[in-house]
Amino acid sequence: MSKKISIVLTGVGGQGVITAANILGKAAVKAKTGVFVSEIHGMAQRGGAVVCTVRMGGVSSPLLPSGTADVLLSTEPVEALRNICYVNKKTKVITDINPIIPFTVAVGGEQYPKLDEIFKEISAHAELYKVDALKIAKEAGAVITKNTVMLGALAASGVLPFKPEVLLETILEDIPEKYKDVNKKAFEGGMKAVQSA
Amino acid sequence: MVFIMTEITEDKPGKQILLLGNEAITRGALEAGVDVATTYPGTPSSEIADTFSMIAKEATRQKKDPGFYFQYSVNEKVALEVAAAASFCGLRSLTCMKHVGLNVASDTFMTYMYVGCRGGHIIVSADDPYCHSSQNEQDNRYFALFGGAPMLEPTTPQEAKEMTRIGFDISEQLHLPLLLRTTTRLNHARGPIILNALQKPRKKGYFTKDPLLVTVPSTARVKHPVLLKQLEEAEKLSEKSPFNEIITIGKPKDIGIIASGVSYTYVKEMAEELHLNVKILKLGMTHPLPRKMCETFINSCSSLIMVEELEPFLENQMKALAFDIGSDVKIYGKSSSHFSRLYEYTPDIVAEAFSKIFKVKNPFPKPVFSKIKVPSRPPSLCPGCPHRATYYAVKKAAPKDAIYPTDIGCYTLGKAPPLEMADVLLCMGSNAGMACGFSVATQQKIVSFMGDSTFFHSGIPPIINAVHHNHDVVITILDNRTTAMTGHQPHPGTPFDGMGRPARLINVEDVVKGCGVQHIEIVDPNKIKETTAAFKRALEFKGPSVVVSKSPCILLEVQRKRKAAEEIQLFHINQEICKRCKTCIGRFGCPALYFAEDGSVHIDAAQCNGCGNCVQVCPFGAISAEGST
Repeated sequence: MSKKISIVLTGVGGQGVITAANILGKAAVKAKTGVFVSEIHGMAQRGGAVVCTVRMGGVSSPLLPSGTADVLLSTEPVEALRNICYVNKKTKVITDINPIIPFTVAVGGEQYPKLDEIFKEISAHAELYKVDALKIAKEAGAVITKNTVMLGALAASGVLPFKPEVLLETILEDIPEKYKDVNKKAFEGGMKAVQSA
Repeated sequence: MVFIMTEITEDKPGKQILLLGNEAITRGALEAGVDVATTYPGTPSSEIADTFSMIAKEATRQKKDPGFYFQYSVNEKVALEVAAAASFCGLRSLTCMKHVGLNVASDTFMTYMYVGCRGGHIIVSADDPYCHSSQNEQDNRYFALFGGAPMLEPTTPQEAKEMTRIGFDISEQLHLPLLLRTTTRLNHARGPIILNALQKPRKKGYFTKDPLLVTVPSTARVKHPVLLKQLEEAEKLSEKSPFNEIITIGKPKDIGIIASGVSYTYVKEMAEELHLNVKILKLGMTHPLPRKMCETFINSCSSLIMVEELEPFLENQMKALAFDIGSDVKIYGKSSSHFSRLYEYTPDIVAEAFSKIFKVKNPFPKPVFSKIKVPSRPPSLCPGCPHRATYYAVKKAAPKDAIYPTDIGCYTLGKAPPLEMADVLLCMGSNAGMACGFSVATQQKIVSFMGDSTFFHSGIPPIINAVHHNHDVVITILDNRTTAMTGHQPHPGTPFDGMGRPARLINVEDVVKGCGVQHIEIVDPNKIKETTAAFKRALEFKGPSVVVSKSPCILLEVQRKRKAAEEIQLFHINQEICKRCKTCIGRFGCPALYFAEDGSVHIDAAQCNGCGNCVQVCPFGAISAEGST
């Protein structure tokens, strides 16, 4: 039975978390490794918190036990913290550092924690990799490539059972010709961000 | 042949592709040569129908035949009836809906079993344990028992495809519609699918008359015993079904587990992780149960662990079987409090129960928790959503203690602060029926809300009720020209159908007029003053009044603008004029507005969809369009 790999993807509804999970799943099929992806649709997509899980290798279940994620990939810092139950000391938490403040802060009087505190708390439980996906995406040439940056960062984590090229190729498949170059740059930018961390 | 557009319609047997559980069901139906598919959209079932729709629309665009007929019916009951008629003509049909949709279709469902089908008919029920996007978590397996439908429960997307494909044969063999019971975690799980060949649809059937299709009492008395006979045949099929099988983990002796649905996947993985020695009876055909197979399994066990989400559907039946055969097997499950009747199961829940029952250590680390409080992030009405403007206007027009019965759709999110415009909700269409009752029971003013798709689904009869009984209510129809929450499906108020063909648009206000409503207001909610005045007039009118609040879903508007390369107007707040009165955030509640750390109010350009309603809301005129002075 091949090694199990569990990746948790989190973020905010509308950020493209489900699309990212789908791309990972497709790459796994291409690499001929077992894969099981779990998504939440519906109500959760109207700006709510989103969690997807992608499991590869010899897995039977779409969900993973607590504390067994190999990677927690988050497109928003507080969403990484919300799902901290999935991590252990060896888990790589890769998160975008750009917050999206939920409306409950403005309307409901809740607090969005200071970024430093969020990162300190994550570091206490797991290996933290911070990625400024917005900046890297801008440098690559399009803000919309933020998720490609994050997938590049994931590819550089060394956890995936296939080469980064397989993932990049899968991302580029559904992208119009004229945007392929910016996405390639974004992916490489994401990889570098983790490699140099 | 089925029209080829993407991987999902390719006729390449043996090819492996990644599909969502719901897409896999559609693929399975295509592999069985489905002729007619019908639905009313509802999470977590929607993508089954949306996939049929996507294929049909692309075929229409290319002026080709998709190979099947598809429709977003007006509601689940009609959807089931349309497909049942196709089955009576010998065609293969599929009807999909969310769990509560089967409540709506249940009148048809129950007697349909007496009558039976001709062409194979799969009825998909997508149950929603944990109520991810539903008003309850009812266990629809009881509908199979209640009505007498054979039932299959898949554990993976691959199995969902196979059960759909083979389910058509089972349905045809038994002359009974088959219930394919799924749950959210299957509908929205993606896995590799191995394709089978596509089967040619039958296209057009022929209706052969039979007096036994007319369920007058004398027929019903003839047909009920026929149904029981068919279920005996179904039990024989269940005994031989490849979907019921025994899997062994380690070196099992006399401890057995019985599991079905997604729970089985947790059972298998956790039994392996905990190094248990067990045999698992994996039940895929869960009605009728393979009685002999179950009895033999029970007889071989001293202990039996039942793992199934929600109700003790299998557990109670196993207890009855154990009693019948005089077995003293010890049964662990819901009645022994090792498993809950609530919510979704997880690998953690199953591992914890196993560690207690088998007295072995749970190998997984205790989950860590954040010491910092994480702010909640519930879903909300989108920035620019016209419903927010309607709610704001009603709040200004109505007295403080007005009652707001609401309904199923995006607008239910108006429950959240600061709008808090939802007081009671039961099910599709319930807003107006409850409004009638409130008007009898109290002196309070009543303003109820429903969406346009809900109006066509089940909102019209209660309006007629309000008119006939002269109930003093204001019924609001939030007409955003789409079925937004479930993914923007068309409905009778749109000028095209689910196959992308032109369709006659039915105006909400024309129907309302036809129902005999005397006071009708038609408003554009983005004109907040006018909308407020219209609601005031409606509230003053003695008797039933209807307000049709018309404005397209902002997500469709933004999409349209992007396609047309139209700019989305941005807005900004003049900090010199802003008095920080918080009306825009604290009362209107648009999520694109936020406080900076110094307490000043700003508009997040990345979130703003450019409706400009905040300009009307600001009492000091501090908000204006970007580029204006």
